[in-house]
Amino acid sequence: MGLLDRLAPRKNEPDARPHGAAADAVEDPVFATKALRKFLSCLTSRESPVLLDLGPVVGSNVSFFGEQLGCKIFVEDIYADIDRHVRNNKLEDLPAFLKKRLAIADGSVDGILCWDVIDYLDRPAAQELAAELTRVLRPDGALLGFFGTAAPRDTRYTKFIIVDEVNLKHRSYPALRGRQAILLNRDIIRLFPGLRVSDSFLLQNNLREILFRKPS
Amino acid sequence: MEKDIVNIGKSVVIKGELNGSEDLTIEGHVEGTIQLRDHVLTIGPNGRIKAQVFAKSVIVLGEVTGNVTASDKVDIRDNGSVDGDIIAPRVAIAEGAHFRGSVDMQRKGGPVPGSKPQPAAQSSQQQQQQQQSANAPQRVGA
Repeated sequence: MGLLDRLAPRKNEPDARPHGAAADAVEDPVFATKALRKFLSCLTSRESPVLLDLGPVVGSNVSFFGEQLGCKIFVEDIYADIDRHVRNNKLEDLPAFLKKRLAIADGSVDGILCWDVIDYLDRPAAQELAAELTRVLRPDGALLGFFGTAAPRDTRYTKFIIVDEVNLKHRSYPALRGRQAILLNRDIIRLFPGLRVSDSFLLQNNLREILFRKPS
Repeated sequence: MEKDIVNIGKSVVIKGELNGSEDLTIEGHVEGTIQLRDHVLTIGPNGRIKAQVFAKSVIVLGEVTGNVTASDKVDIRDNGSVDGDIIAPRVAIAEGAHFRGSVDMQRKGGPVPGSKPQPAAQSSQQQQQQQQSANAPQRVGA
């Protein structure tokens, strides 16, 4: 069965959110994604792939990866961890926390949805998280990361909701910490020395999508 | 015919193994193991569960800490919370629900979840809980 056969249309599926005029009035914007399709291709090449999602749980994404792609999904909301450290005034502990955050065996994960969490970390914390992600990713596994290219403005996180393999709905929600800095390409690549850049796309919404692969 | 539904009220605290052959709604506190193999378990908004759960369907409006295995569906509603690993062919997680752990939706033809609970075996959740220090944030293992 090909990838496209396994990806049913998503736009008409029932959503957990309320429908009607009020819901339509605050409809989340949908943006194109170029790297997601390639990321999905990496996953579908495996039988029963293991996926690590670093964002807040999104029910439709869980259904998408679980029911349609047969993934086992680990949900580890790093954004919530950042907020908790900000709330407790313990940001200096965040790098050490992230170093021990993922109780997942080495090389056991086929794909990682990193989303844009790196943008919300300062360098030491980002380095620790990147090292951990590299550790848990299996050889030939894929990591999808988003990186902002515009000046940080607001203190909001984004839930990325998969509409289909080329579209993502961006649903923002309050954050206790804003984006820390704009990372240049070389900074991003240096964060993941154990991975190689497979694809990189600069989108019209000022988001850079980078698909990393772990060398075999 | 009216369907039997049993309620465990808000003030009730149960520690141990809970087995049943009818649908059950829990509004109280339960610690241990819950097994309703062919029936629906509903954790009400006031329900607080620290247990390994095995049921046909599980609907969560309250809080569950522990692994949840269902042969049909796990449904975490708005404001419902699950910290643990879920095994079920169908999983629905509402906007506003909290979930931390892993989701394993076994494909058709795979083993039927909940058919053979192994309370003696340590779950990843239990392993994690043992590893955690008192103040450390909870982590979910592979």
